[in-house]
Amino acid sequence: MKSVLGDRKAITLLLTPALLVYTLIILVPVAWSFGLTFFSGSALEGFEFVGLENFSRLFSDPYVWDAFWFTIKYALLVTLFQVVLGYGLALLYNFVLRKSSVLVRTLVFFPVVLPTVAIALLYQKLFQSAPVDGLVNELLVNVGLSSVDWLGTGTTAFVVIVIMDVWRSVGFYGVLVFSGLLDIPDEIIESARIDGAKSFKLLRHIVLPMSLPILFASFIFSINGTIKVFDSVFALTGGGPGNSTTPLTLYMYRTAFQFSDYGYGSTIALLLTVMCLVVTLVIFRSSRRDLSV
Amino acid sequence: MTTTIETTAVHTQRAVVSHSGGPGAAFVRFLKRIPAWLTIAFLIVVTAYPLFWMFINSLKSNSDFLSNPSYAFPEVWQWSNYPLAWETGNLATTISNSIIVTVPSLFFIVILGTAAGFALEILVFKGRAAVLLLFLAGIMIPGQMIVLPLFTAFFQIGITGSYLPMILIYTAAGLPLTVFMMATYFRAIPREIFEASTLDGASMIRAFFSIGLPMMRNAVLTVAIVQFFLIWNDLLIALIFGGKKSLNTIQVGLLNFSGEYGAINYGPLFAAICITSGGILILYLFLNQQIMKGLAAGAVKG
Repeated sequence: MKSVLGDRKAITLLLTPALLVYTLIILVPVAWSFGLTFFSGSALEGFEFVGLENFSRLFSDPYVWDAFWFTIKYALLVTLFQVVLGYGLALLYNFVLRKSSVLVRTLVFFPVVLPTVAIALLYQKLFQSAPVDGLVNELLVNVGLSSVDWLGTGTTAFVVIVIMDVWRSVGFYGVLVFSGLLDIPDEIIESARIDGAKSFKLLRHIVLPMSLPILFASFIFSINGTIKVFDSVFALTGGGPGNSTTPLTLYMYRTAFQFSDYGYGSTIALLLTVMCLVVTLVIFRSSRRDLSV
Repeated sequence: MTTTIETTAVHTQRAVVSHSGGPGAAFVRFLKRIPAWLTIAFLIVVTAYPLFWMFINSLKSNSDFLSNPSYAFPEVWQWSNYPLAWETGNLATTISNSIIVTVPSLFFIVILGTAAGFALEILVFKGRAAVLLLFLAGIMIPGQMIVLPLFTAFFQIGITGSYLPMILIYTAAGLPLTVFMMATYFRAIPREIFEASTLDGASMIRAFFSIGLPMMRNAVLTVAIVQFFLIWNDLLIALIFGGKKSLNTIQVGLLNFSGEYGAINYGPLFAAICITSGGILILYLFLNQQIMKGLAAGAVKG
C-alpha cells in the first residue's frame, strides 16, 4: 500500500511547481539579499564590493536605531491593544450577545477588509488641523479643549497611527478569539455557574485558561504583522514629521528606492529579518515551555 | 455621541417600567446589562460613524468643506464628485490593474498550494516534514528581504514594465500560508480514500484532481478569500513593481491621487475613498460568513 502513496511521479508533479516558485521568488532572493549586504550600488548603477562597511554603518547610524525602537514600540503597543481589545470583543460576542452577535461582528469587521490607503487617507482627514479642523479636533474644540496638530509632531502622530491600526484590525482579532471561545463546551461554563462561580471568577479560572491557545495564536499573528508594519504608516504619515514615525521597513524602502543604495537597504532588511526570526524563536520557545508544564 | 445618549435614555425608561411592574430581580438583571449596551453602542458609533462621515463629506463642494463643520450635512449634495473622482483618479485603470494582478495570482496560489499541501500531507516520502517547515519559514520573512534581488533580476530580464513581477511575487508570497493551511485540511482526510481510488487503476495524480481537489472546495474558497484581501490591500510590492502610472493598483493609485489632485479637491478625494471602500464592502457583505471563518482559520493555522 505504501507504494501508491510513495508514487515518485505524483510527488514530483504535485510538489515541484510550488517548491520551484517558492524557491526562486523567496528563498533565492533571501540568500541574494544577504549577499548584497557586502556591496553598495543599485540595479541601475551596478554594484561594488565594500566588505563589512554596511554593517559598521548600520551600527553607527542613529536613524536605524530610531527606526528600530519605533518598530519595537509600535509592535508591542499595537499587539497589546489588538489582543486585549480583541479578547474583550470576543467575550462580548460570546457571553453577552450570544446568538445575536452577527450584526455587531459584521460591522466591527468592516475596516478589516478596507484598503489600508483608503483608511489612512480617511484618518488624515479625521485628524486634520489645517486648512480646517477635522472631526477629532472639532470634538475637542466643542468640549472646550484646543485643537491639536495631530500629524505635526512625532508623539501625536504615533498616537494617531496606533489608534488607526487598532481600529482597522480589532474586529479581526475579535472574530479570531471568538472562534476559539466557541470551542469551550457550554456544559463546563454551566456547571461552574451552578457551583456558584461569579462572572469574574468564571472568566479567570475557566474561560481564560481554556482560551490560552487561541490567545497565543492571536499574539503570534499580531506580532508577526505589527513588526512588519509598512502600508499604514507609509500612507498616513510617510514616516514624518521628519523621521519620527519611520519603522525599519520604511527606512529600508527609502534607503533602497529613494537613495538607490541596495547594499545598505539589504543590511537594514537583514536586521528586520533577524528581528522577525528572534521574535518567532522566542515565541516558540515559550510556547513549548507552556505546553510541557 | 447622540446615539449613546439615546440608547441610555430608552433603557432607563424601560428599566423604570419593568421595576414598577415586575419583581426586583428583573430590574437588577436589567441594570447589569446597561454597561453591555453602552459598549455595543460605542462600538457601533466608533466603527460606523467615520465611514458615514467619509460619505457625507464626499458629497460636499470645496467651499462647503472649508467653511462648515465637517459633521454637517452637505449644503448641496454634489454627486458630480463621483464621476470626477472616477475620471481624475484614474479609478477604471487602477481597479482593472488590481483585478489583473489579483486573479491570476489567486489561481496559481490555489492550484500550486493545494497540490503541494496534498503531496506533503497525503503522500509519503522522506523529508516531507522538512519541506513543510521550509514553506512555513516563508510566513516570517518580510517583503523587504526579497524585493531588491527580485527588482534587479526582473529589471535584467526586462519585465519590470509588466504585470508579471507582481503576479509572480504575490503567488510565491501566498504559498507558505496556503500550503500550510491545505496540509492541515488534508490531515483530516483518511489516506485510505486515495489509496482505494488507485485500486481502480487511477493514478495518484488523477486521484488528486478527481477526489482531492473537489473535496477541498470549501478550503479552497477560504484560502482564496484570505489571499484575495492580502493581495488586494498590498502596498509594498505594488509600489515597487507597479510604480508606473499604467500599472498602478488601487492602493498606489489612491496614494498618488491624494498627493496630486486630492490634496486640494476634498470632495473628489473622499469620493475616491468611498468608491474603493464601497466596492470591497459590498463584496465583503456577500462573503461575510466565509470570510470570518476563513480569516480566523488562516490565522490559527498560520
